[in-house]
Amino acid sequence: MKNSLIIVGFFVLGILIGLYNLLPQIFIETDFSVYALYILMFLVGVGIGSDKKAWEVLKSAKLKIVLVPLTVIMGTFLGVAIISFFIDIGLRESLAIGAGFGYYSLSSIFITKISGEALGVVALISNISREIATLLITPLFVKYFGKLAPIASGGATSMDTTLPIITKFVGKEYAIISVFSGIVLTILVPFLVTFILKF
Amino acid sequence: MTIGIILGFLLQNKVKITKFIDPSINIAIYALLFLLGVSVGINETIINNLGTLGVQALLLTFGGVTGSVVLAYFVHKIFFKTSE
Repeated sequence: MKNSLIIVGFFVLGILIGLYNLLPQIFIETDFSVYALYILMFLVGVGIGSDKKAWEVLKSAKLKIVLVPLTVIMGTFLGVAIISFFIDIGLRESLAIGAGFGYYSLSSIFITKISGEALGVVALISNISREIATLLITPLFVKYFGKLAPIASGGATSMDTTLPIITKFVGKEYAIISVFSGIVLTILVPFLVTFILKF
Repeated sequence: MTIGIILGFLLQNKVKITKFIDPSINIAIYALLFLLGVSVGINETIINNLGTLGVQALLLTFGGVTGSVVLAYFVHKIFFKTSE
Protein backbone atom coordinates (compact mmCIF):
# COMPACT_ATOMS: atom_id res chain seq x y z
CA MET A 1 0.00 0.00 0.00
CA LYS A 2 2.82 2.36 0.87
CA ASN A 3 4.44 1.63 -2.45
CA SER A 4 1.23 2.44 -4.32
CA LEU A 5 1.05 5.78 -2.53
CA ILE A 6 4.63 6.63 -3.52
CA ILE A 7 3.85 5.73 -7.13
CA VAL A 8 0.68 7.83 -7.18
CA GLY A 9 2.76 10.60 -5.60
CA PHE A 10 5.30 10.53 -8.41
CA PHE A 11 2.50 10.47 -10.99
CA VAL A 12 0.73 13.46 -9.42
CA LEU A 13 4.02 15.34 -9.06
CA GLY A 14 4.62 14.73 -12.77
CA ILE A 15 1.15 16.08 -13.61
CA LEU A 16 1.76 19.24 -11.59
CA ILE A 17 5.16 19.86 -13.15
CA GLY A 18 3.68 19.29 -16.61
CA LEU A 19 0.71 21.56 -15.86
CA TYR A 20 2.89 24.48 -14.85
CA ASN A 21 5.58 23.87 -17.48
CA LEU A 22 8.32 23.59 -14.91
CA LEU A 23 10.41 21.20 -16.93
CA PRO A 24 13.11 22.26 -19.43
CA GLN A 25 12.11 21.81 -23.07
CA ILE A 26 14.69 19.05 -23.70
CA PHE A 27 12.78 16.80 -21.35
CA ILE A 28 9.60 17.11 -23.37
CA GLU A 29 11.25 16.76 -26.77
CA THR A 30 13.47 13.79 -25.93
CA ASP A 31 11.59 10.65 -25.04
CA PHE A 32 13.53 9.39 -22.05
CA SER A 33 10.76 7.03 -21.11
CA VAL A 34 11.62 4.51 -23.86
CA TYR A 35 15.07 3.93 -22.36
CA ALA A 36 13.68 3.83 -18.85
CA LEU A 37 11.18 1.23 -20.09
CA TYR A 38 13.91 -0.97 -21.57
CA ILE A 39 15.85 -0.82 -18.31
CA LEU A 40 12.69 -1.61 -16.37
CA MET A 41 11.84 -4.64 -18.53
CA PHE A 42 15.35 -5.99 -18.12
CA LEU A 43 15.26 -5.51 -14.35
CA VAL A 44 11.82 -7.14 -14.04
CA GLY A 45 13.22 -10.10 -15.98
CA VAL A 46 16.23 -10.40 -13.67
CA GLY A 47 13.93 -10.07 -10.66
CA ILE A 48 11.66 -12.93 -11.78
CA GLY A 49 14.57 -15.12 -12.88
CA SER A 50 16.45 -14.74 -9.62
CA ASP A 51 13.43 -15.31 -7.38
CA LYS A 52 14.13 -18.69 -5.79
CA LYS A 53 10.68 -18.87 -4.23
CA ALA A 54 9.11 -18.47 -7.66
CA TRP A 55 10.99 -21.43 -9.12
CA GLU A 56 10.21 -23.59 -6.11
CA VAL A 57 6.49 -22.83 -6.38
CA LEU A 58 6.59 -23.72 -10.06
CA LYS A 59 8.26 -27.05 -9.33
CA SER A 60 5.85 -28.09 -6.59
CA ALA A 61 2.68 -26.99 -8.36
CA LYS A 62 -0.02 -29.48 -9.31
CA LEU A 63 -1.40 -29.33 -12.78
CA LYS A 64 -4.80 -27.93 -11.93
CA ILE A 65 -3.16 -24.88 -10.39
CA VAL A 66 -2.76 -23.66 -13.99
CA LEU A 67 -6.54 -23.20 -14.03
CA VAL A 68 -6.25 -20.27 -11.63
CA PRO A 69 -4.41 -17.72 -13.80
CA LEU A 70 -6.50 -18.97 -16.75
CA THR A 71 -9.64 -18.22 -14.74
CA VAL A 72 -8.37 -14.72 -13.98
CA ILE A 73 -7.62 -14.05 -17.64
CA MET A 74 -10.96 -15.38 -18.93
CA GLY A 75 -13.02 -13.76 -16.19
CA THR A 76 -11.33 -10.39 -16.53
CA PHE A 77 -11.67 -10.34 -20.32
CA LEU A 78 -15.32 -11.35 -20.10
CA GLY A 79 -16.05 -8.63 -17.53
CA VAL A 80 -14.23 -5.77 -19.29
CA ALA A 81 -15.66 -6.85 -22.66
CA ILE A 82 -19.19 -6.40 -21.31
CA ILE A 83 -18.28 -3.04 -19.75
CA SER A 84 -16.66 -1.85 -23.00
CA PHE A 85 -20.09 -1.70 -24.66
CA PHE A 86 -21.25 0.90 -22.15
CA ILE A 87 -18.26 3.26 -22.19
CA ASP A 88 -16.33 5.34 -24.73
CA ILE A 89 -13.37 2.96 -24.74
CA GLY A 90 -13.36 0.31 -27.46
CA LEU A 91 -13.28 -3.45 -26.93
CA ARG A 92 -9.62 -3.88 -27.86
CA GLU A 93 -8.44 -1.05 -25.60
CA SER A 94 -10.66 -2.24 -22.76
CA LEU A 95 -9.19 -5.74 -23.03
CA ALA A 96 -5.67 -4.29 -22.97
CA ILE A 97 -6.47 -2.30 -19.82
CA GLY A 98 -7.97 -5.41 -18.24
CA ALA A 99 -4.85 -7.35 -19.20
CA GLY A 100 -2.93 -5.26 -16.70
CA PHE A 101 -4.44 -7.53 -13.99
CA GLY A 102 -3.60 -4.94 -11.35
CA TYR A 103 0.02 -4.57 -12.47
CA TYR A 104 -0.57 -0.86 -12.93
CA SER A 105 2.99 0.40 -13.32
CA LEU A 106 3.99 -1.81 -16.19
CA SER A 107 0.63 -1.99 -17.98
CA SER A 108 0.01 1.76 -17.94
CA ILE A 109 3.50 2.42 -19.27
CA PHE A 110 3.02 -0.04 -22.13
CA ILE A 111 -0.45 1.24 -22.97
CA THR A 112 0.84 4.83 -22.94
CA LYS A 113 3.60 3.89 -25.38
CA ILE A 114 1.25 2.13 -27.80
CA SER A 115 -2.06 4.01 -27.48
CA GLY A 116 -1.22 7.38 -25.95
CA GLU A 117 -1.48 9.08 -22.58
CA ALA A 118 -5.27 9.16 -22.22
CA LEU A 119 -5.57 5.37 -22.26
CA GLY A 120 -2.43 5.12 -20.15
CA VAL A 121 -4.12 7.16 -17.45
CA VAL A 122 -7.25 4.99 -17.60
CA ALA A 123 -5.04 1.89 -17.31
CA LEU A 124 -3.21 3.36 -14.33
CA ILE A 125 -6.37 4.30 -12.42
CA SER A 126 -8.17 1.09 -13.34
CA ASN A 127 -5.35 -1.22 -12.30
CA ILE A 128 -4.51 0.64 -9.09
CA SER A 129 -8.20 0.35 -8.19
CA ARG A 130 -8.01 -3.38 -8.77
CA GLU A 131 -5.25 -3.67 -6.18
CA ILE A 132 -7.06 -1.41 -3.72
CA ALA A 133 -10.35 -3.28 -4.23
CA THR A 134 -8.60 -6.58 -3.50
CA LEU A 135 -7.00 -5.18 -0.35
CA LEU A 136 -10.36 -3.91 0.89
CA ILE A 137 -12.88 -6.55 -0.23
CA THR A 138 -10.90 -9.81 0.19
CA PRO A 139 -12.82 -10.90 3.34
CA LEU A 140 -16.14 -10.55 1.51
CA PHE A 141 -14.82 -12.25 -1.63
CA VAL A 142 -13.77 -15.29 0.41
CA LYS A 143 -17.06 -15.40 2.25
CA TYR A 144 -19.33 -15.29 -0.79
CA PHE A 145 -17.21 -16.56 -3.69
CA GLY A 146 -14.76 -19.02 -2.16
CA LYS A 147 -11.05 -19.13 -1.60
CA LEU A 148 -9.96 -18.53 -5.17
CA ALA A 149 -11.93 -15.29 -5.42
CA PRO A 150 -9.41 -12.90 -3.81
CA ILE A 151 -6.61 -14.54 -5.82
CA ALA A 152 -8.63 -13.86 -8.96
CA SER A 153 -9.38 -10.31 -7.93
CA GLY A 154 -5.73 -9.65 -7.04
CA GLY A 155 -4.57 -10.75 -10.49
CA ALA A 156 -0.86 -10.09 -10.92
CA THR A 157 -0.66 -8.49 -7.47
CA SER A 158 -1.57 -11.75 -5.70
CA MET A 159 2.14 -12.65 -5.58
CA ASP A 160 3.27 -9.59 -3.63
CA THR A 161 1.22 -6.57 -2.57
CA THR A 162 -2.08 -8.35 -1.94
CA LEU A 163 -0.51 -11.67 -0.83
CA PRO A 164 -0.51 -10.89 2.92
CA ILE A 165 -4.22 -10.11 3.06
CA ILE A 166 -5.08 -13.06 0.80
CA THR A 167 -3.00 -15.48 2.89
CA LYS A 168 -4.69 -14.22 6.02
CA PHE A 169 -8.14 -15.16 4.72
CA VAL A 170 -7.51 -18.28 2.63
CA GLY A 171 -4.66 -20.01 4.51
CA LYS A 172 -1.18 -21.18 3.61
CA GLU A 173 -2.21 -23.89 1.15
CA TYR A 174 -3.92 -21.38 -1.06
CA ALA A 175 -1.10 -18.88 -0.59
CA ILE A 176 1.02 -21.04 -2.91
CA ILE A 177 -1.73 -20.90 -5.51
CA SER A 178 -1.85 -17.15 -5.00
CA VAL A 179 1.89 -16.73 -5.57
CA PHE A 180 1.78 -19.01 -8.61
CA SER A 181 -1.13 -17.20 -10.23
CA GLY A 182 0.46 -13.82 -9.53
CA ILE A 183 3.79 -14.84 -11.07
CA VAL A 184 2.19 -16.26 -14.22
CA LEU A 185 0.04 -13.15 -14.70
CA THR A 186 2.95 -10.79 -13.96
CA ILE A 187 5.03 -12.44 -16.67
CA LEU A 188 2.09 -12.37 -19.11
CA VAL A 189 1.11 -8.70 -18.63
CA PRO A 190 3.61 -7.08 -21.04
CA PHE A 191 3.06 -9.75 -23.69
CA LEU A 192 -0.76 -9.76 -23.48
CA VAL A 193 -1.07 -5.97 -23.46
CA THR A 194 1.21 -5.58 -26.49
CA PHE A 195 -0.44 -8.47 -28.33
CA ILE A 196 -3.98 -7.18 -27.78
CA LEU A 197 -3.16 -3.64 -28.92
CA LYS A 198 -1.05 -4.58 -31.94
CA PHE A 199 -3.05 -7.40 -33.50
CA MET B 1 12.69 -9.28 -20.35
CA THR B 2 13.46 -12.84 -21.50
CA ILE B 3 17.17 -12.06 -21.39
CA GLY B 4 16.64 -10.69 -17.91
CA ILE B 5 14.85 -13.87 -16.73
CA ILE B 6 17.67 -16.09 -18.02
CA LEU B 7 20.32 -13.84 -16.53
CA GLY B 8 18.44 -13.71 -13.24
CA PHE B 9 18.23 -17.50 -13.16
CA LEU B 10 21.97 -17.80 -13.73
CA LEU B 11 22.73 -15.17 -11.09
CA GLN B 12 20.39 -16.73 -8.54
CA ASN B 13 23.09 -17.40 -5.98
CA LYS B 14 24.87 -14.11 -6.25
CA VAL B 15 22.88 -12.51 -3.46
CA LYS B 16 24.56 -9.13 -3.80
CA ILE B 17 23.32 -8.65 -7.34
CA THR B 18 19.77 -9.80 -6.72
CA LYS B 19 19.50 -7.56 -3.67
CA PHE B 20 20.22 -4.61 -5.90
CA ILE B 21 17.42 -5.47 -8.35
CA ASP B 22 14.28 -4.61 -6.38
CA PRO B 23 15.24 -1.02 -5.51
CA SER B 24 16.34 -0.49 -9.12
CA ILE B 25 12.96 -1.67 -10.42
CA ASN B 26 11.27 0.74 -8.04
CA ILE B 27 13.38 3.67 -9.23
CA ALA B 28 12.69 2.83 -12.89
CA ILE B 29 8.94 2.63 -12.16
CA TYR B 30 8.96 5.92 -10.25
CA ALA B 31 10.79 7.60 -13.12
CA LEU B 32 8.38 6.26 -15.75
CA LEU B 33 5.24 7.19 -13.85
CA PHE B 34 6.67 10.60 -13.14
CA LEU B 35 7.22 11.03 -16.88
CA LEU B 36 3.69 9.76 -17.61
CA GLY B 37 2.47 12.37 -15.13
CA VAL B 38 4.41 15.10 -16.93
CA SER B 39 2.96 14.18 -20.32
CA VAL B 40 -0.53 14.09 -18.80
CA GLY B 41 0.06 17.50 -17.21
CA ILE B 42 1.01 19.16 -20.50
CA ASN B 43 -1.90 17.51 -22.33
CA GLU B 44 -4.95 19.75 -21.92
CA THR B 45 -7.41 17.26 -23.40
CA ILE B 46 -6.56 14.70 -20.75
CA ILE B 47 -6.58 17.20 -17.88
CA ASN B 48 -10.01 18.45 -18.94
CA ASN B 49 -11.39 14.91 -19.14
CA LEU B 50 -9.73 13.44 -16.07
CA GLY B 51 -13.11 12.89 -14.39
CA THR B 52 -14.61 10.98 -17.32
CA LEU B 53 -11.46 8.92 -17.75
CA GLY B 54 -11.50 8.07 -14.05
CA VAL B 55 -15.11 6.90 -14.09
CA GLN B 56 -14.46 4.70 -17.13
CA ALA B 57 -11.37 3.28 -15.42
CA LEU B 58 -13.41 2.36 -12.34
CA LEU B 59 -16.10 0.73 -14.48
CA LEU B 60 -13.44 -1.39 -16.17
CA THR B 61 -12.07 -2.39 -12.77
CA PHE B 62 -15.56 -3.36 -11.69
CA GLY B 63 -15.99 -5.48 -14.81
CA GLY B 64 -12.61 -7.18 -14.55
CA VAL B 65 -12.85 -7.92 -10.84
CA THR B 66 -16.46 -9.12 -10.98
CA GLY B 67 -15.83 -11.30 -14.02
CA SER B 68 -12.79 -13.02 -12.55
CA VAL B 69 -14.30 -13.41 -9.06
CA VAL B 70 -17.49 -15.01 -10.40
CA LEU B 71 -15.54 -17.35 -12.67
CA ALA B 72 -13.22 -18.19 -9.75
CA TYR B 73 -16.29 -19.14 -7.71
CA PHE B 74 -17.26 -21.80 -10.23
CA VAL B 75 -13.71 -23.06 -10.84
CA HIS B 76 -13.25 -23.39 -7.08
CA LYS B 77 -16.51 -25.23 -6.68
CA ILE B 78 -15.91 -27.64 -9.54
CA PHE B 79 -12.16 -28.35 -9.40
CA PHE B 80 -10.83 -27.43 -5.96
CA LYS B 81 -13.41 -27.96 -3.25
CA THR B 82 -13.65 -31.75 -3.71
CA SER B 83 -10.01 -32.28 -2.78
CA GLU B 84 -10.16 -30.32 0.48
